[in-house]
Amino acid sequence: MFPIVEARFLAPDVKLFRIQAPRIARKRRAGQFVIIRIDQHGERIPLTIADSDRDGNITIIVQGVGKTTRWLNTLESGDSIRDVVGPLGEPSEVESFGTVVVIGGGVGTAIAYPTAVAMKQAGNRVISIIGARDRERLILQDAMQQTSDELHVMTDDGSAGTQGFVTDALDQMIQSGVVVDRVLAIGPVPMMRAVSAVTKPRQIPTIVSLNPIMVDGTGMCGGCRVLVGGRARFACVDGPEFDAHEVDFDVLMKRNNLYRDQEAEALREFNKHPSESVTRSCQLQHHHPEVGPRSGDDSRSDVPVTSPENS
Amino acid sequence: MAEPLPPKERVKIPRQAMPEQDADARARNFDEVNLGLEVVAAQCEAQRCLTCADPKCVKGCPVGVKVRDFVELVLAGDFLGAASKIREDNVLPAVTGRVCPQENQCEGACIMGKRFDSLAIGNLERFVADYERESGQVALPQRAPLTGKKVAIVGSGPAGLSCAGDLCLRGHDVTVFEALHEIGGVLLYGIPEFRLPKDIVRQEIDNMRAMGIEFQTNVVVGKTVTIDELMQEEGFDAVFVATGAGLPRFLDIPGEHLGGVYSANEFLTRVNLMKAYDSSHYDSPIYQCRDRHVAVIGGGNTAMDSVRSAMRLGAAKASIIYRRSMEEMPARQEEVHHAQDEGVQFLDLHNPVEFIGDEQGILKSVRLVKMALGEPDESGRRRPVAIEGSEFEMPLDVAIVAVGTGANPLVQSTTPDMKTNRWGYIQADEESLRTSKVGVFAGGDIVSGAATVILAMGAGRTAASSIDDYLQTGVWETDPAAAES
Repeated sequence: MFPIVEARFLAPDVKLFRIQAPRIARKRRAGQFVIIRIDQHGERIPLTIADSDRDGNITIIVQGVGKTTRWLNTLESGDSIRDVVGPLGEPSEVESFGTVVVIGGGVGTAIAYPTAVAMKQAGNRVISIIGARDRERLILQDAMQQTSDELHVMTDDGSAGTQGFVTDALDQMIQSGVVVDRVLAIGPVPMMRAVSAVTKPRQIPTIVSLNPIMVDGTGMCGGCRVLVGGRARFACVDGPEFDAHEVDFDVLMKRNNLYRDQEAEALREFNKHPSESVTRSCQLQHHHPEVGPRSGDDSRSDVPVTSPENS
Repeated sequence: MAEPLPPKERVKIPRQAMPEQDADARARNFDEVNLGLEVVAAQCEAQRCLTCADPKCVKGCPVGVKVRDFVELVLAGDFLGAASKIREDNVLPAVTGRVCPQENQCEGACIMGKRFDSLAIGNLERFVADYERESGQVALPQRAPLTGKKVAIVGSGPAGLSCAGDLCLRGHDVTVFEALHEIGGVLLYGIPEFRLPKDIVRQEIDNMRAMGIEFQTNVVVGKTVTIDELMQEEGFDAVFVATGAGLPRFLDIPGEHLGGVYSANEFLTRVNLMKAYDSSHYDSPIYQCRDRHVAVIGGGNTAMDSVRSAMRLGAAKASIIYRRSMEEMPARQEEVHHAQDEGVQFLDLHNPVEFIGDEQGILKSVRLVKMALGEPDESGRRRPVAIEGSEFEMPLDVAIVAVGTGANPLVQSTTPDMKTNRWGYIQADEESLRTSKVGVFAGGDIVSGAATVILAMGAGRTAASSIDDYLQTGVWETDPAAAES
């Protein structure tokens, strides 16, 4: 069991958890993720590690999209998560590249944040661009401000920062003559694809963090295969970060939609009786096969599905 | 109990058939197919044993179960004694009684098999293990005095468990690390409920826990903790790497990324470990198989497990697509027959060349080519050759690729001083299972490539005896020949 020591909402549907997991906290590096299973009937879902501390806690930031992530977001400090395994995946490649632009769309900002910190520590000039649908949905603005030499905020409706997409800011920056040595873009697939389209003709090395459907996270099932440079790669052991210019985003999006019907159905059932799952998770030690709604969740739970470009 | 008969009489007794769930009913449920022998049938079967002075069956068993001795105890009606006798060599009798390819091992070596049907050793082993479990009187073997030595076992599949069992008996302090959330490895995620009920695996694990073995789940050795950290920081004196062969192979043909195309590992993990078939209680989704056509590519036991699982998920049609002929199929005959009885369609001498999808990226058909058998290849089997111009398209909703696995790289990648071969498998001395790294042993599928449960258990036992030797003597002799290469 992995106790939750802190839980608070950062934005509507976006919740931060600090979870006691000393082995993982000690080991994790920027870009890595964990797989969690809330209780013995739950599914395994991957979530990126946003931070860790010396007390043996890791931080994850979760957007409630499907059943499992919404159920997770009903948990509070004092509750426990049955299984947390990690750190999984390869850490971000962090070197002194020069000027690095870190782009976070929606809750993708939480995934980009640890790498932004690592990039800054490695001596890079870090320019961050974070985007969201509106002011309420912006997360980690202060944290990103602190770790970046420059921060640009974009919202779809202009309620904070500049109105527009993260790609608008990037495009403008490059056109104004800023020499960008590397871009890291994390957010919804359409956003990452749009960023890639901006940087590819200019040959700016661009890394994206992919979050495909995944089960074990150790290379065993092959469910997380993504087409990169025409080759099948496993996001869990070869990734999750890949060269954006080589990623087949179309295949990624289609694979991520595979369980759409089951997910929608599971969410409908969950919304009818959310309290049952909560009851279930509060009684983790007991066996309650009869309780709990039907199944299936998004496996890409830390990336929002709304508002394609920004987030 | 029964009076021993003279050998001439014994061979006249017919081999007792294993009662099975009716094929039509079982094809749609996940309950166990084989129902187990009744007491009378078991003793009748035991009566058939010729109690050879030099029992070949024992040599045929990769872990050396004392077959003749336990069968004699069955005949004498001492079923618990028989169970203890098996446990001296095998910590998972209820498992091996169910999933071993006995026809190639103990039963394959049985003298009776030369002229009559061989003794049903697997069925007897299962009977004894089930009897013991249901009696609630599992006699845990006696441990040797504690040695104070600590051994880490990486992976909780058959190799890891058998090694853990033997080392525990020899008085060592054993901790088993498992990457998944439950102990059992392939026994849980790979072998379906209808062939190996998971509660049976859990009970065997509980027995091992009661013996004093510690189990830690959710630890990915190579990621959560490295081998070096286990030895230098956590005080383990030796490590046994038994991570299995867990990297799925694909066919490398167009369309393999389509929705509805699974590796057998993913499909079976969703069904067995995550219980996707019980969607009213478990949250893991699986792509809709009900009323659809599901085809499995491959002809091994994993392919049979997958296709029979698909049947049970409600498939309207479940097929095996295999590029050689039925005679070459590597799966156990019993599994093939069970699949046939359940209505699985076999397309042998067929090979997929492309998966075709719809606009949403979901599989809708497969392009197949017919095959003929040519000259024998290095495996000794006749090489399948595509027949030119024989391609055709077959509608298909779900495809499961079961063409084998490769070496999982996680442990190796963070243990650079442990040598691997060019396919990524760990190099270990055949006799001692020592790797190139002092104190580290490896065995099972991560050394040999995908094999069977019992062979992995055999490797676990070999490793245990070799580790015990090392812990007692502290001597790490390197084979000079291996050192040179």
